[in-house]
Amino acid sequence: LSHDDHDHDHDHDHGLAARAAAIEALLVEKGLVQREDIDRIVRHYETNLGPLNGAKVVAHAWASTQYKKRLLEHATSAIAELGFGGHQAEHLVVVENTKDVHNLVVCTLCSCYPWPVLGLPPSWYKSPAYRARAVKEPRKVMAEFGLLLGDEVEVRVWDSSADIRYMVMPERPQGTDGMDEEALAKLVTRDSMIGVAKASPP
Amino acid sequence: VNELPTDGRTAPPRVNGGLVFEALWERNVFGVAMAAFEKRLFSWRAFQARLIEAIDAHERAGAAFHYYACWASALERVLLDAELVGEEELAQATREHEALFAHRLPR
Repeated sequence: LSHDDHDHDHDHDHGLAARAAAIEALLVEKGLVQREDIDRIVRHYETNLGPLNGAKVVAHAWASTQYKKRLLEHATSAIAELGFGGHQAEHLVVVENTKDVHNLVVCTLCSCYPWPVLGLPPSWYKSPAYRARAVKEPRKVMAEFGLLLGDEVEVRVWDSSADIRYMVMPERPQGTDGMDEEALAKLVTRDSMIGVAKASPP
Repeated sequence: VNELPTDGRTAPPRVNGGLVFEALWERNVFGVAMAAFEKRLFSWRAFQARLIEAIDAHERAGAAFHYYACWASALERVLLDAELVGEEELAQATREHEALFAHRLPR
């Protein structure tokens, strides 16, 4: 961007910010909306639309062997311990990725997905191509996501349904010793909990 | 969460599944619309229709796509449609805030 372009963008954004603030001020002044509501609602969407809850679950399991055991044995009650759950996660199963086993989740019938932990599904998850190919040629599908697995790694594909929904617990990345759970959770992406990626390196 | 579209042109920008806001005002205008909708000041269908119109107009003008600029236009329209705010008071409040912002954010 040239200097002029930058100024132009700045002015444009400036105008938009003023417009947005004007609407907010008018509605608050008229008592039609409350400022507390605005912040509460945005935080709700920020938390529940994305995979933040799932990332917290995985980070907690990385940090606590006891919790990990409970999570793999009975995921629904383990996520409830952290305050997550509800509709679409009543029968949640968490499968663990290790250096020898890699898990991938799909819903071949429709697009069953554990919303309370992963938020809204990505559009490709619902695509007929992913649903059909994840089962038939999982390695090829993962390679297209940039995930190349050695032949020695066993690939397991889990088909979610209305009865059971799966979530992957990715492997804890190298070089994360001593990181706290909040920092660890930032490495756990949505794609790593579907199984088309590994957790991000620190 | 159910109303918010996740696919297509009317879906808000997301990264890693979560909402992304490039500026604080984008976050605010998102929240104002959702708070107004929660109070049922307008129907989601009405807002969605205005959002599509705003996106179309944006595209026709050849402007670089800016989702929350369209969102702000749609919110203005739908509030005017419902006669919850008037054209004149909206214009005046916008001018006041422009002056305020010009003051507050020197370059």
